[in-house]
Amino acid sequence: MGNHSDGSPNHSGTVATAGQNEVEKFQDPGIPPHRLRLADTDPKAAKRAERQVAILFGSSVVGTVIFLVAYFAIDLGDDSTIATIRLQNALLGVGTAFAMLGIGTGIVHWAKALMPDHEVSEERHPIRTEDDRQAAVRIVDDIVEETGIKRRPLIRNTLLGAVALAPLPALAVFGDLGPRPDNKLAHTMWAPQEGKLKRLTRDPDGTPIKASDVTIGSAFHVIPEGLNDLHEGKLNEKAKAVVLLMRLDPSSLNPSAGRENWGYNGIVAYSKICTHVGCPVALYEQQTHHLLCPCHQSTFDLTQECKVIFGPASRPLPQLPIAVDDEGYLVATSDFNEPVGPSYWERDEHERSINS
Amino acid sequence: MSAASTAEAPAYVANTKVGRITDFVDERVGGSGILREFGRKVFPDHWSFMFGEVALYSFVILLMSGTFLTFFFDPSMAETHYNGSYTPLKNVEMSVAFSSSLDISFDVRGGLFMRQVHHWAALLFVASLGVHMLRVFFTGAFRKPREMNWVVGGVLLILAMAEGFTGYSLPDDLLSGNGLRIIDGVIKSIPVIGTYISFFLFGGEFPGTLIISRLYTLHILLVPALILLMIVLHLFMVVVHKHTQYPGPGRNDGNVVGYPLGPVYAAKAGGFFFIVFGVIALMAGFFTINPIWNYGPYDPSPVSAGTQPDWYIGFVDGALRLMPGVIGDFHFEYVIFGHVLTLNVLLPALVPAGIIFTVLFMYPWIERWITKDNREHHVLDRPRNAPTRTAIGVAGFTWYCVMWAAAGSDLIATHFHVALNDVTYWLRALFFLGPIIAFVVTKRVALALQRKDREIALHGRETGRIVRLPHGEFIEVHAPLDEYKRYKLVGFESPVPLPAVPNEHGVVTRKENRRAKLSQWFFEDRVAPATPAELEAGHGHHEAVEAGEAQKTLSH
Repeated sequence: MGNHSDGSPNHSGTVATAGQNEVEKFQDPGIPPHRLRLADTDPKAAKRAERQVAILFGSSVVGTVIFLVAYFAIDLGDDSTIATIRLQNALLGVGTAFAMLGIGTGIVHWAKALMPDHEVSEERHPIRTEDDRQAAVRIVDDIVEETGIKRRPLIRNTLLGAVALAPLPALAVFGDLGPRPDNKLAHTMWAPQEGKLKRLTRDPDGTPIKASDVTIGSAFHVIPEGLNDLHEGKLNEKAKAVVLLMRLDPSSLNPSAGRENWGYNGIVAYSKICTHVGCPVALYEQQTHHLLCPCHQSTFDLTQECKVIFGPASRPLPQLPIAVDDEGYLVATSDFNEPVGPSYWERDEHERSINS
Repeated sequence: MSAASTAEAPAYVANTKVGRITDFVDERVGGSGILREFGRKVFPDHWSFMFGEVALYSFVILLMSGTFLTFFFDPSMAETHYNGSYTPLKNVEMSVAFSSSLDISFDVRGGLFMRQVHHWAALLFVASLGVHMLRVFFTGAFRKPREMNWVVGGVLLILAMAEGFTGYSLPDDLLSGNGLRIIDGVIKSIPVIGTYISFFLFGGEFPGTLIISRLYTLHILLVPALILLMIVLHLFMVVVHKHTQYPGPGRNDGNVVGYPLGPVYAAKAGGFFFIVFGVIALMAGFFTINPIWNYGPYDPSPVSAGTQPDWYIGFVDGALRLMPGVIGDFHFEYVIFGHVLTLNVLLPALVPAGIIFTVLFMYPWIERWITKDNREHHVLDRPRNAPTRTAIGVAGFTWYCVMWAAAGSDLIATHFHVALNDVTYWLRALFFLGPIIAFVVTKRVALALQRKDREIALHGRETGRIVRLPHGEFIEVHAPLDEYKRYKLVGFESPVPLPAVPNEHGVVTRKENRRAKLSQWFFEDRVAPATPAELEAGHGHHEAVEAGEAQKTLSH
């Protein structure tokens, strides 16, 4: 077998292929003989196919009627139920489907059964002829010559400079798409205002939480006091300030040095915003004391100050220092001691400035 | 009538009214020439050519249903209290965008239907694009002269994903809001400029009040315009190149065999549009998609379990899930020079997608470099006849599927009652091993199929007829193939490795050596097509002959 190119001009040796030698190769027998279909030979079959196509087109008309009836006859008034909407939706679907499939299958059946099915062969033409290429090169040369751009470098260079700079305003004009980030991500609503500590309140109604309400094993979704009174940027603040509040047996918590007073009788509060990419860490496994993010399954261990024990997050959830005010309500003694949520380039800078 | 005409030949006058109108237009735009060129243009026919058509038709349906939706949708993030007919959400505080999406679903007749048509068509659009690209890859249709059209297709896939994601976020529901939150987290992980990009995209802190209207502009104007431009480019090149065809008797690189555009091909393709529309309508009528009323309006605090993006974003989300944030005591997020580098987000978000699309875009040139094949190819390869390419494709597809499956790791765990952590550990292992296993298995299967083809070409097909010979031996009678069927099995090229060639200075460069090694890897395992001599010599009794192996002839 010829395992190398025969080197003939036709196959210039760029690719060596086995069996390319014409003697050793099966010859192309050409397009197979055409086989007639039933409808080509039997007028009855042709007539039958014609009727089938007509029936399919007819079913399309039925479909259109179904759609129109479903649209106009079914009332979506104020007292309509979900079932009515579901029925209308299904009928609109059936109507459209019949209307479209009737036409589509009808035409395809017509084409396959009745239109000529002779395969024909057409020559391919070169995409580019050498003649065209030479003509094009001459034209380009003439054009370049007539502009004189080669002879006048001053014009060429100034034009290049101008064109290179011209898009800059088009970029600059987007400068007002957003404000500078500054240190907005470093602070949340939990910071005490005018010396008054913020109470922990229930999400979403905003009622304050007494320490005595928090029984062992319970968990609360918490927002800061006053969040619901905001008119602007409420969601922005909420996206940073939401907190999970849980109570464990104090002996199972292992606060590190400096954090001993951040909880109260086993009640601890952690940021609910995942340190991975910011989903709410909404699942609390009461038995194992694990917090789980449903988006990417980062798992945090409450008994180890929400250290990451599984999943893609790399940092523990920030803890909110809490205490109890004189009326017995839980309050935040300060803002978080680090930025909450997903990491960003300036995060470490912000953390250092918070703690300095 | 035409007495005033200065033309020497008598001017043509149409007989019928339609004819006169047609003639009027034709005289002014030259339609006859166009019709002469394209009216009978030949198109090869194969079921696998329909995926591209499905994509095109779903896009048309997207344009139509999307235009309807714009008449009712209000992309505003202003706060409002819902006052529509869906009672469970009565008086709930939400954005105008979400409220108008609910109105489309419950108070506009046919609105829910249109929303579902739009969403299903979008899912189908990206899916058919993907399958179409797989078809093009596995059949080698990306080879010269179609490399650029392959790139246009890749750009279309990226644009389709962008279009899908921007649209998915528009209703401002809880699910898509969490999707945006994830995008925000990924953007913030970008070194140096990430925080700025996030603030510029959202017009301040997440979520702000601008993102929906900005995505809306992208979704209904910029991205669809780009998609349309790319589709025009794509189809223009299809016309220039003429369509590829599968190998077979009568088909070669110099011709195109198929049905003429008018009437058969136009009827089939045109009819197929209605079929695609009909199928999408059925899905929209019976299968709920994106029930935003169950999710509720976006709120940064709640999230539902089992959250998932639309399928085409799944592989990125899955990669995010697979990446461990901490291994032992090593944290993938660390501080360098006072700045945070969060590799546990950055790597999975950018690297796998980056690799997939880089290899995808470059593949035609990679293969052309390895094979030194600069010829035009209009006849497709059957995937089995290009075993290494097919194996590379399946390996890449497997890698994608592992990540895609990872996006549903929690659902896999709950549905099959296995531990979530174990699912993740297994998928992490498969992330590395899956493509390797897939490559080896696929290559072996392709070679085995080639051997089977050889055997059938030489032995004929099994008839199922058992005959007892006079001396008692039982044999199954094999019927020889006719020459057309045989040509299908033997009419392919089986290239051999190309050894390194010295350049004009007589030096074998290091690059050329690498190329030769890759060529060896590409073509060392090969099955040559059966030849007439083999058929002759063995009277149809031949064993498959591997390259380099001696020919074994059984005497019967």
